[in-house]
Amino acid sequence: MLTVNGTELNFSEQQTLSQLLEAQGYEENRIVVELNAAIIPKAEYRRTILQDGDAVEVLNFVGGG
Amino acid sequence: MNNQQDPWTLGGHAFTSRFILGSGKYSLDLIKAAVEQAGAQMITLALRRASQGGKDNILDYVPPGVTLLPNTSGARTAAEAVRIARLARELGCGDFIKIEVIRDAKYLLPDNYETVKATEILAREGFVVMPYMYPDLNAARDLVSAGAACVMPLAAPIGSNRGICARDFIEILIREIDLPIIVDAGIGKPSQACEVMEMGAAAVMVNTAIATAGDVPVMAAAFKLAIEAGRSAYLSGLGRVLANSASASSPLTGFLREGEESGE
Repeated sequence: MLTVNGTELNFSEQQTLSQLLEAQGYEENRIVVELNAAIIPKAEYRRTILQDGDAVEVLNFVGGG
Repeated sequence: MNNQQDPWTLGGHAFTSRFILGSGKYSLDLIKAAVEQAGAQMITLALRRASQGGKDNILDYVPPGVTLLPNTSGARTAAEAVRIARLARELGCGDFIKIEVIRDAKYLLPDNYETVKATEILAREGFVVMPYMYPDLNAARDLVSAGAACVMPLAAPIGSNRGICARDFIEILIREIDLPIIVDAGIGKPSQACEVMEMGAAAVMVNTAIATAGDVPVMAAAFKLAIEAGRSAYLSGLGRVLANSASASSPLTGFLREGEESGE
């Protein structure tokens, strides 16, 4: 099981963070990602293999004062 | 006064506009027009969970060249503010961060103690730290010591449009703190923005007064004029006030009634 922004998803072996983000429809240059509460630099997305139980937060900018 | 001749700096960056625009509570479609009408060189943003599927992104609506000022809204502790700031910087939009730490859910008043702690950590990490605070002189001095680039006292509770409730305490900060004082939160109309600029504020930040106005870009333009007017008045030096007498503005000719004073 993976948790992405609080939603549980099925875990698949050997999936990279980059693949997950693409499958979920996120645009990489507009987001920042935390994996288990640690920031993952963009350059690491393709090298990061997700593990069962990982929690992923995907954030972006929105309007705010 | 042409604002090109009156620049100010924050964290080593020079600005000519003294109007920081918020981007909350109005449509993305209006952001470009609001920025242009405001003449703003800095706009605030918030960080939230991204929605799936490449929905509209605010970064596509902000005109190029405008400095992005992410805030830490949602943070209740210094640690949460630091976490948001680091995430915001990872988005690659610069080192500016507006610290907002709010525990009080009813009046949304900023927590100065946690704000000072977050400022200290983030300034050490090279952020240009712009802390939103409750106007308290001791806390403001602590923010200076902690490495803040400016101090951002509230005028009234955030989003209230109630105006300059904290006037006397903002004046103390303007007099005593040797950093730009940017009045943030509660300014409800252009005349109030003008007034804090007359008092000597370095800049004004406005969001809700514009977002809840009848016409967002027109109100942004009105605030721009008011802020420029207030700044010019401050630079000029205000005329003096007579507490208990009057002074005729027209010459006293005395030709109508010998020995009597004429009026205005």
